[in-house]
Amino acid sequence: MSWYLSLPIAIPFLTAIFAFLLRASPYGRWISVVGSVASLIFSIMLMSIVLREGVIAGQMGNWPAPFGITLVADLLSAVMVLITAITGLAVAIYSMGEVTKRMEQLGYHALFQVLIAGVTGSFLTGDLFNLYVWFEVMLISSFGLLILGGRKEQIDGGIKYVTLNLISTILFLSGIGLLYGITGTLNLADLSLAVEDVENQGLLTVIAVMFMIAFGVKAAVFPLFFWLPAAYHTPAFSVSAVFAGLLTKVGVYALIRMFTLVFDHDIGFTHTILLWVAGLTMVTGVLGAAAQSDFRKILSFHIISQIGYMILGLALFTPLALMGAVFYLVHHIVVKANLFLIAGVAEKIAGSTELAKIGGLYKSAPLLAILFLIPAFSLAGFPPLSGFWAKYILVSASLEVEGWIIAGVALAVGLLTIYSMTKIWGQAFWPAHPDGIQPKLSHLPMFTRLCYLIPIAGLATLTIIIGFFPEPFVQFAERSAAQLLDPTAYVTAVLGETQ
Amino acid sequence: MEILLSITVGILVAAAVYLMLARNVLRFIFGLILISNAANLVIFTSGRLTLGAPPLIADGALAPPEGVANALPQALVLTAIVIGFGLFAFALVLIFRAYTTLGTLYSDDMRIAEPRSEDAG
Repeated sequence: MSWYLSLPIAIPFLTAIFAFLLRASPYGRWISVVGSVASLIFSIMLMSIVLREGVIAGQMGNWPAPFGITLVADLLSAVMVLITAITGLAVAIYSMGEVTKRMEQLGYHALFQVLIAGVTGSFLTGDLFNLYVWFEVMLISSFGLLILGGRKEQIDGGIKYVTLNLISTILFLSGIGLLYGITGTLNLADLSLAVEDVENQGLLTVIAVMFMIAFGVKAAVFPLFFWLPAAYHTPAFSVSAVFAGLLTKVGVYALIRMFTLVFDHDIGFTHTILLWVAGLTMVTGVLGAAAQSDFRKILSFHIISQIGYMILGLALFTPLALMGAVFYLVHHIVVKANLFLIAGVAEKIAGSTELAKIGGLYKSAPLLAILFLIPAFSLAGFPPLSGFWAKYILVSASLEVEGWIIAGVALAVGLLTIYSMTKIWGQAFWPAHPDGIQPKLSHLPMFTRLCYLIPIAGLATLTIIIGFFPEPFVQFAERSAAQLLDPTAYVTAVLGETQ
Repeated sequence: MEILLSITVGILVAAAVYLMLARNVLRFIFGLILISNAANLVIFTSGRLTLGAPPLIADGALAPPEGVANALPQALVLTAIVIGFGLFAFALVLIFRAYTTLGTLYSDDMRIAEPRSEDAG
């Protein structure tokens, strides 16, 4: 069984090796695509096994848990791995159109695949220190991708991204050390049992807050998000798309995992902090977006406000709310990666991402306009697209626990999201181009155009499918939330029946 | 011994925070390196300190005798040092590159990715 768990991690690594060896040849990019297809196939297999058999766990090197490194897949992990593979494939195809020969020679595809491996590893690991290692794998490859090309903005944004992420890493590491000191284990399932026997519950809460800050930096929550809008608009569009889709969501995943499985001893304290954080993240993110006038900067600030919704689901800690968080996570990755890809096409044909400098996209590139409207409306929460269901579940979860204020905040933030989406529409798509040129898709070479449009159309279709047939996805999120709230199945799968 | 190490960690963190508050990015990175060493010491200390009892298994025995040092925190620290070495090597090269490309090491002047609104015009 452990093959199914390790292959989604091993395949991107193998692909990275071959892509690195062939980085100077034109086949390197195809290796990346083939590797991504293979990852997708194995993620689907993993998903079907988890759906059939419940939580599965594998002990690496056959050391019994809790001594060895454990890989675990429950429904949340499996769906995150699957969505990572989907995003990875979409971006790998898109990169063939966008990434320059120079960037390929510097090892773009290898770094990209290592990033995917790091993200997948973080989702599958059942060991806290192993999670730290995957975070580092992910970080170091994201550093490389972020500054690849070496333009001034990239170096500038890179410094802020690197330094703030390193601080979070060090906090995470100290938290691991202290948690090991008081419990004597690093296995997540074992930890979930061991924290109950800790005498000094106050110290445990302190450690919980350390983890909250460390993962909060990764997830870009208020007030720890400053690295995100400084860096996400600077690299290549493929890179910002995969960052926007996946990186912050690893932080959210880690928060959800730790604060449902391990740190559920003092919910009144920790989850109240999370609730405040969620509300403030939503509001600051959306206000930041309203103040921006650049396509990618608006989208970057929207990531922050959307992260707030997911944290809200975790903070309320009811079955309905966690179900909303899981649904939101999946919906958001698809939509956000897609919007960044679309911003890339807009820049290629209209010449800039500054909204004041572009226009005319609706008239001369109607296909792109329609493809933009789908994720944009979904992000803002228009029925019947995926974002509507995600927001609907979360708002009704807030109303269920009589959180009138937070429900109001969530609704108001949705309204402001529409405002900034309208701003993009009203400046980039609706009026004529200020320089009088006609930004047509047919100006791009045929191959490049296909590489751009296939992933965008694919992700938009996925958004529509989730929107129009939400029933299986909602049921899935419901089962997944039930697993998160009752970790017995997770613990049994890792430690065996005897525990 | 624990007390001594705890005080050392405290001093390291204090010095690191002082350095990290500087506007010079190079000093910031030096602070970061210091604080990462403090984190390594935290792991080391919280794994309990044992003097003169290496975790060796005698010939024929299946487990080490009672009261030996815990090897796991040391393995963790080793991993963290290796990873930290890689990250800081990258960070230092990045800062050197920033100095040659942007011509400054002062974080106040690094406004290219996020220009002030009056600069952007």
